[in-house]
Amino acid sequence: MGEIFVLVEHRQGELRDISYEMLWKADELCKELSHTLTAVVMVGKDEPFLGDIAERADRVLVVEDGRLEEFNADLYKGILLSLIQEHKPFMVLMPHSPWGMDLAPALSIKAGFPLATDCVDILMEEGKPKVVRQIYTGKIFSRVAFKEAGTYVITVRASAFPPDKAEGRAGEVVKVEAPPDLPEPRRRFVAFEDAGAGAVDITQADLLVSVGRGVGEADNIEVVKELAGKMGGLISCSRPVVDKNWLPKYHQVGTSGKSVKPKVYLALGISGAFQHVAGITGAGTVIAVNKDKKAPIFRVANYGVVDDLFNVVEALKAQLAG
Amino acid sequence: MNIVVCVKRVPMTQEVDLEIDASKKDLKKDMLAYVLNEWDNYAVEEAIQLKEKTGGTVVAITVGTEDDEEVLRRCLAMGADKAIRVDPGERAMDALVKSRILAEVIKGLEHDLILTGVQSDDVNDGMVGILLAEQLDVPHAAVVTGIDPQDKEATIKVELEGGMDEVSKVSLPAVLSIQTGINEPRYVSIMGIRKAAKKELNVMDLGDLGIGGDELMPMITVEEYFLPPETEGAEMIEGDAAAVAEQILKIIKEKGVSI
Ligand SMILES: Cc1cc2nc3c(=O)[nH]c(=O)nc-3n(C[C@H](O)[C@H](O)[C@H](O)COP(=O)(O)OP(=O)(O)OC[C@H]3O[C@@H](n4cnc5c(N)ncnc54)[C@H](O)[C@@H]3O)c2cc1C
Ligand SMILES: Nc1ncnc2c1ncn2[C@@H]1O[C@H](COP(=O)(O)O)[C@@H](O)[C@H]1O
Repeated sequence: MGEIFVLVEHRQGELRDISYEMLWKADELCKELSHTLTAVVMVGKDEPFLGDIAERADRVLVVEDGRLEEFNADLYKGILLSLIQEHKPFMVLMPHSPWGMDLAPALSIKAGFPLATDCVDILMEEGKPKVVRQIYTGKIFSRVAFKEAGTYVITVRASAFPPDKAEGRAGEVVKVEAPPDLPEPRRRFVAFEDAGAGAVDITQADLLVSVGRGVGEADNIEVVKELAGKMGGLISCSRPVVDKNWLPKYHQVGTSGKSVKPKVYLALGISGAFQHVAGITGAGTVIAVNKDKKAPIFRVANYGVVDDLFNVVEALKAQLAG
Repeated sequence: MNIVVCVKRVPMTQEVDLEIDASKKDLKKDMLAYVLNEWDNYAVEEAIQLKEKTGGTVVAITVGTEDDEEVLRRCLAMGADKAIRVDPGERAMDALVKSRILAEVIKGLEHDLILTGVQSDDVNDGMVGILLAEQLDVPHAAVVTGIDPQDKEATIKVELEGGMDEVSKVSLPAVLSIQTGINEPRYVSIMGIRKAAKKELNVMDLGDLGIGGDELMPMITVEEYFLPPETEGAEMIEGDAAAVAEQILKIIKEKGVSI
């Protein structure tokens, strides 16, 4: 019987949602393969969420060590290598998060385990794992196979799987020591900084009028802001709008911005990258306006309009005036 | 500071119907327009700004075909001192293969800092940079939004989720994958590109680097490209702009938003 490892991600005492999502998918795979589900957690001190993980795994391997208070790729890599050598898991799931992106490739090449990143599905075909990835800004899907190996490493996209708890697991929490020969980390944590707070709070709005790169230039932001004001909503945006300094960071929706939950989210000239869409899963209704009928945003929107956003903006203004 | 920056040319995908070719493992690419990968544009700008502050050189590298030299010329016009294209020949390349080739080139160059983009816009693996770091046996960080070098180390900012940043110190040399928004990439004119034509652009092949065979075996292979499944998707609102606007306002009110 084989084993599947899930590397649990947490920050400042809280589990990240992606951890639940990976555990859900690992549970499904373990049932199919009759494998054991092992969650791996590295902590600086005892954490209250360990019990929560245990309910979703057959076993929780906890490495508790003062040096693991914050994520560190060098230490995580060293510890995982030794755990993998000992347990020889069939598969290791990690988050496709900034930390996972820093760790997974280093682990993969160091150990010689093949790696596929940013996967939205994992399937088994004739005993071999395959993954599905979204490429070309979500316009193409790709099914990918691995070079034959003892252990396969997969990083999982946020929101690809539900965070739900599967029934029937009550894992034991097993403390394991960090290996004695861990290297001195070459990167040292200094501090967390909150870059997100600001003058308006888009997370509380009932209506968000959100602009993407399709808005074209800084001057056009005013036109949309005016519309948002007339409709009693707030303006929000995708990342490129912030990158170009057209709006301050606290207007940004998405994984590296805010998660929002308006009753209605009106997306204007936004393509629908997963990092954006992950921020609107809590929205009641999504209406998307885009010139490109193949834009991925139409796969997640409830309503869609294929048109130039300015035509729609002007028409909305005209109706509100009249 | 001597900085190496890895860059890639990618097709533009907005407002085009992408078509899969007969092999089902690639796109029909002849009709596509290409640009410098967005993340790499920020990486090159960062390299040049750091060089302007600290002195040293910037070398831009791509692994690709002759057509890809276009993005190297752009890097030279932005202010890179030298460019290198490695021609991989006809072969399947995944991120591992690309990183092996890049590592081999970079070993032969002076480097205090190596920059890549967070991800490439086409295959979005998001791994070439960190694979490269491990082969060069140097520290690394992904999704970097700030670099402040001091002698043998740098204070960096890594962007986490939800508007949170992590500040850390990393010893140099290091590989950092650069996130969009870290700077404001400079404008490049046609004139600028023409002027930069005088700068050095070296082409090498794998024979020059002395690598090949098993070292360049991919770890993953594409089995099949397919178009996104036609799920339920959005209900499309048709009609002229006025009719569309009326519908949108109706939906918004129905959902309990007071306008
Ligand atoms: C680690 C990481 C974190 C990230 N975090 C976030 C995040 O938090 N939030 C976020 O948004 N992104 C984030 N991104 C970036 C994300 O991957 C995409 O690059 C980004 O969301 C694209 O923004 P966009 O849709 O506005 O631009 P594009 O993808 O360029 O799309 C613009 C769209 O506008 C349409 N358009 C153009 N002109 C018009 C017009 N006149 N009328 C109507 N439609 C028009 C085009 O057809 C296109 O679909 C992150 C990326 C990484 C790697
Ligand atoms: N063919 C290539 N040549 C040079 N650099 C590359 C190449 N492919 C990827 N890179 C670099 O690696 C980064 C991440 O790419 P990827 O891992 O393909 O998503 C890119 O932003 C580039 O900086």
